[in-house]
Amino acid sequence: MATKKIMYINRVTPHSGLTAKESLDVVLIGAAFEQDVALAFIDDGVYQLLKDQQPEKTGSRHVAKSFAALGDYDVRKIYVEQESLDERGLSEADLVDLRHENPEDDYRDTASIRLISREKLARLFGRQDVLFNF
Amino acid sequence: MLEVNGRVYPTDEEGYLENISDWSEAIAEAMAAADDIKLSEAHWDILRFLREYYHEYEIAPAVRVLTKAVGRRLGKDKGNSKYLYNLFPDGPGKQACRYAGLPKPTGCV
Repeated sequence: MATKKIMYINRVTPHSGLTAKESLDVVLIGAAFEQDVALAFIDDGVYQLLKDQQPEKTGSRHVAKSFAALGDYDVRKIYVEQESLDERGLSEADLVDLRHENPEDDYRDTASIRLISREKLARLFGRQDVLFNF
Repeated sequence: MLEVNGRVYPTDEEGYLENISDWSEAIAEAMAAADDIKLSEAHWDILRFLREYYHEYEIAPAVRVLTKAVGRRLGKDKGNSKYLYNLFPDGPGKQACRYAGLPKPTGCV
């Protein structure tokens, strides 16, 4: 099976129904097929990566907690759109610190989140084989 | 469902506990006994590891991920398929997650 570039785009808040959870499940299943996987967080989707969420109060799943396991699933590219953060008064310091072991750098512990401009992200969308929207 | 010491616990059609909070060591032992397995300290290391993993990430790890994570936290001699399949012959992801009271691993069929 040829490797495909697959990007999962997350645009809604962590507690918009089950969308965030379903997206994560699809990512984890897809990761088992060893594809070239990337995640993008835009619009209200950036809220999914916030530290200090208290989902217990609504009984929903703490998605940011599960994102910390993405490195184990070899998901190493997590793009966050800079403009979406700016528009919500957020910065990288408000986001969870996701890490992975980089196989191209002697498995050094490396940050997974990359901030990217809207313009560059649009070009990146164009280079994917498959886009999933959540 | 599963009956242990006179109490009945709801499970799904594949035998995974519906409520992770129902779990106890007695439940793990009963599930293992039904598969003719007597849980050893080596089994418990993996079950405890899985419960901690789930507590931290809220994910029941797929076997590839479990193997890697066990290797990192419990040592390379345990983080390999041969060791884990010896302990859990039906598949370390599926069988160990079930004994640990976790849901079926995401991505396992």
